[in-house]
Amino acid sequence: MGTEIAKAIVGGVLTGGVYALMAAGLTLIFGVMEIINIAQGALVVVGAYLSFVLQVHLHIDPFIGLIFTMPIMFVLGVTIEWGFIRKLKTQNRTALSILVTYAIAIVLEGILTMIFSTNLKTIDAWYVEKSLHVFGFYLPYVYLFGFALAAGLLLALYIFLYRTRSGQSIRAAVQNRTGAELIGININRVSALTFGVGVAVTAGGGMIFGATNSFNPNSSYDLISRLLVIIVLGGLGSIGGSLIAAIMALVIEDVTAVVWSPVWASTMFFAVLIVVLIVRPNGLFGQKATRAQ
Amino acid sequence: MSLQETADPLAKPIYANLRRSVTVVALIAAIAFPFVFSNPAVTSIAMFTLLYLGAASTWNMFCGFTGYMALGNAVFYGSGAYFFANLTTHLNLNGGVGLFALVPLAGIFAGLVALPVGWIALRTRRHTFVVITIAMFFIFQLLAYNLTALTNGSAGMQVPSPIWGAKTYNTYFYLASLVVALIAIGLAWLVRRSSFGLELLAIRDDEDRAVGLGVHTTKIKLLTFVLTGAVTGMCGAVYAYYLGSVYPPFAFEAIFDVTIALMAFLGGLGTVTGPIIGALLIEPAQQWLTLKFTNGGIALIMFGALFLIVIRYMPEGIVTSLAQLIRKRMRMKAPALADAQQGASS
Repeated sequence: MGTEIAKAIVGGVLTGGVYALMAAGLTLIFGVMEIINIAQGALVVVGAYLSFVLQVHLHIDPFIGLIFTMPIMFVLGVTIEWGFIRKLKTQNRTALSILVTYAIAIVLEGILTMIFSTNLKTIDAWYVEKSLHVFGFYLPYVYLFGFALAAGLLLALYIFLYRTRSGQSIRAAVQNRTGAELIGININRVSALTFGVGVAVTAGGGMIFGATNSFNPNSSYDLISRLLVIIVLGGLGSIGGSLIAAIMALVIEDVTAVVWSPVWASTMFFAVLIVVLIVRPNGLFGQKATRAQ
Repeated sequence: MSLQETADPLAKPIYANLRRSVTVVALIAAIAFPFVFSNPAVTSIAMFTLLYLGAASTWNMFCGFTGYMALGNAVFYGSGAYFFANLTTHLNLNGGVGLFALVPLAGIFAGLVALPVGWIALRTRRHTFVVITIAMFFIFQLLAYNLTALTNGSAGMQVPSPIWGAKTYNTYFYLASLVVALIAIGLAWLVRRSSFGLELLAIRDDEDRAVGLGVHTTKIKLLTFVLTGAVTGMCGAVYAYYLGSVYPPFAFEAIFDVTIALMAFLGGLGTVTGPIIGALLIEPAQQWLTLKFTNGGIALIMFGALFLIVIRYMPEGIVTSLAQLIRKRMRMKAPALADAQQGASS
């Protein structure tokens, strides 16, 4: 039983990294724009399909394919922000942004269904089936690479946010949107940039998701529910928080599957959020909401 | 006068007679509808419209007035449906008009479910609240799949079939849905007119200030949430009876929440008539789209595009936008008169 639990923990950590990568864009966008991007699940699936197309039709390795998919997704993100999010008026912004991004998710899902139908696909590569054998554990290469990618991209994101001017303006907008505008930061540009970066990072998440799961356009629902739980659990706006939350929630889910029953594992995943929110209504690392500006 | 008249221009006293007569005419038309249009396809769409109308009105009663976006009301819809199925199955009842008497019981059950759900969720604000309601929805859907002792899992539960024949099948359900919808609208209207409603609106405008002014925000938020849950549960029970069976993905349907939210938004958040208009427009459109476009992709794209257009061009909703238009017209036509009325009502 002990090794089973240990395996579950290791598996949970690795999967948690992947989910954290998928959630990173969501957290970043929320932190800067205070909107919940419900389309994130659909965007992950779009990233998965992009990598899939590159791999199947052009035989480009998914990791290398990121060189193409990330800029494409960046442009997609900027387009979405410019086209729909920017036009939202400030009143009822929270509610409207949820509805708008949900609508975008539906449209994306519809487009994907039309192009690819609902057949399950998966991304294939040499590392998908093989595992690394160490200390009695079998660690699937794809998860290891995925975790490495997640760590790499999150590190790159950190460097971008904390070491570059653009990143600084984004952080300024997170801390005080009005104040940032007053000192001359172009909030429109920052918002577009944030959305673009958030969606570009999601390309990586989508690729790993596609390599580790079979997916079709309907996968976005289950995905977005889990991503939302992760970012709220971690505390809205905290990328580090969402990483810890992702690992924690997935470890608990995997351990539950081993210790109790696989049937209840998913329910526990959501239940963790409820339990934490009872104790800490703002998530693990969230700040108390300031009065509405 | 009072605050409640500023948002809804039709609430002004000079329009009282117009309002009353329109309401009476609408009521008579609604009751007569299934007898005039007896085509089952039409009455079935009408019935769903009424159910969604009720659910949207009661959703608006909580979310529109308090400003908290709850996207998990399907929890109560499904709870009401499963309670109804459980009760009728375990009591071995036969289908008949009498079973409709159990619908309020399902409502009470759903309201009881809303107590812990609301207590947990309402400890949070704004975005966290939205996510926790979504999480609750998924938990309940998973519970429906896994608590097989209560719900029979994915095999679903059966509800006794009604005794009336196929010809008049829809009529009874239509009338039952009408009753539930009227309860929802009536409740929303009563709340809107009362000081209770004013307190809810205060929460929407500035909750901290409301607390400072002595409003018992926690209690009234929870109370409204429970009422909303109860009415939504009744909608679910009628739905269960109509379908004849209850399955997890239909009782707890993800798109339900967003649909009623869209209806309320389209019509006008925070108004009483808003969700009615929203439901009347959207539900038939949704049914028509699903019938017309069997290829799932196109239907999704069109529905999503519809969403986006509505939100982009009418973020205030039809009723509120119309209200602003009317007010502008009045101001242009007779400035003195309009100003006097504005002055009297503020």
